[in-house]
Amino acid sequence: MAEPVVSSDAAANSQAEISADMQEIQRSYAASGVLETQPRIDYPPYRSSILRHPTKDLHHADPETIELWAPAFGQRDVHALEADLTIQGGGEPSGERMTVRGRVLDGDGRPVRNQLVEIWQANAAGRYIHKRDQHPAPIDPNFTGVGRCLTDADGNYSFTTIKPGPYPWKNHHNAWRPAHIHFSLFGTDFTQRMITQMYFPGDPLFDLDPIYQAIMDPKARERLVANYDHDASEHEWSLGYTWDIVLTGSHRTPTEDHTDV
Amino acid sequence: MSDQHTNTSTTAPGERLIPIPGQTIGPFYGFALPYPGGENLVDRSHPDAVRLHGTVYDGHGDPVPDSMLEIWQADAQGRVSQEPGSLVRDGYTFTGFGRVAVDNVGHYDFTTVNPGATEDGKAAFITMTVFARGLLNRLFTRIYLPEDQAALDQDPVLSSLDPQRRRTLIAQREEDGSLRFDIHLQGDGETVFLSYPNHRLDHSA
Repeated sequence: MAEPVVSSDAAANSQAEISADMQEIQRSYAASGVLETQPRIDYPPYRSSILRHPTKDLHHADPETIELWAPAFGQRDVHALEADLTIQGGGEPSGERMTVRGRVLDGDGRPVRNQLVEIWQANAAGRYIHKRDQHPAPIDPNFTGVGRCLTDADGNYSFTTIKPGPYPWKNHHNAWRPAHIHFSLFGTDFTQRMITQMYFPGDPLFDLDPIYQAIMDPKARERLVANYDHDASEHEWSLGYTWDIVLTGSHRTPTEDHTDV
Repeated sequence: MSDQHTNTSTTAPGERLIPIPGQTIGPFYGFALPYPGGENLVDRSHPDAVRLHGTVYDGHGDPVPDSMLEIWQADAQGRVSQEPGSLVRDGYTFTGFGRVAVDNVGHYDFTTVNPGATEDGKAAFITMTVFARGLLNRLFTRIYLPEDQAALDQDPVLSSLDPQRRRTLIAQREEDGSLRFDIHLQGDGETVFLSYPNHRLDHSA
């Protein structure tokens, strides 16, 4: 299946070829009877993964002291206005104003409090502020696409931004990423550290995208899709999305939260 | 199969939630995640400053120029910092966290201190997460200090590995005191990457 690849940017294959590969992998997954809720790191339809995934099994480790704690972030690190991506330029950015809010929870359902959430995204035209992104869509001088916030005492986060556009990439010919916002997350212990992407409901590109489809379990994929929430929309102002984030479980027992280190 | 997710608001106490999937950091994090001073856990002029550096390689042995690395470690006395200020360094506070994007030839540098052992007799290590375009989920590893052979010999992770693989987790001390730690995502000398007990819930039948 994984024929030699000249370059991960070669865009040598058609969407039909990539889609056939993805469907074949999904078929054999469905026959395996195993539930896989995290992406495969070995997923050849995502071309640049081919040489960048470990081939040996991850090695089991019991977390030790430093791994049972996460770095602390506070108001020294993050200004409250960094949660609004629409006020960073000299004027209003173009596009569809939106909010996304939700809770960050650990695997036991406990809120992750006062912890850092970082996001980055393309602008409404699907263009990033990055030298590597040279596709012919306009840069928005009023939009950097970068935001940060701290969760509150109940684990809530909230961002105001512009809905990102889908954009082309060079995985294969005529490849387009579904619109998404990148999220970077910390928990209460470092083993919960993760980076992911939040998607929008009903995106017609889901079935075609090898990054999204690298997650085998369809329900797990859906956990990355925000809900449109009309109660979170504001009259003549913005559309609202909600998206709750569940990290892996903390390995530290709750009583340890109060010990001195 | 039962419906095991996603309405977190109705979770009963004690019920385990299924974590959301990771996704690749992609190529465009450079304007968002790295920040000035991210690689300097201490200033270079700090009397105990140590350079921790290396290169990230792919399965062909070519450098990976679009990887981001984070470290998290105890201070020289083995204390775990819970001080904020990693993103806006004041030059005095040791927060224990660092972040760096590798350069065009896949190389990274941190300036830090040798971590102390967090418990008596334990091997001292720095924990690291690896992100990259092409890497669909983050990877965890450990960077052990090479000096305390007795502690290394007793370390449960190291002693469960064959010698060739074990070597990938132990930094090399260079003549000037620097620590060298290369990361091989794949292939010859592939770095040992770790999973922790609560990660295994990700793959349960």
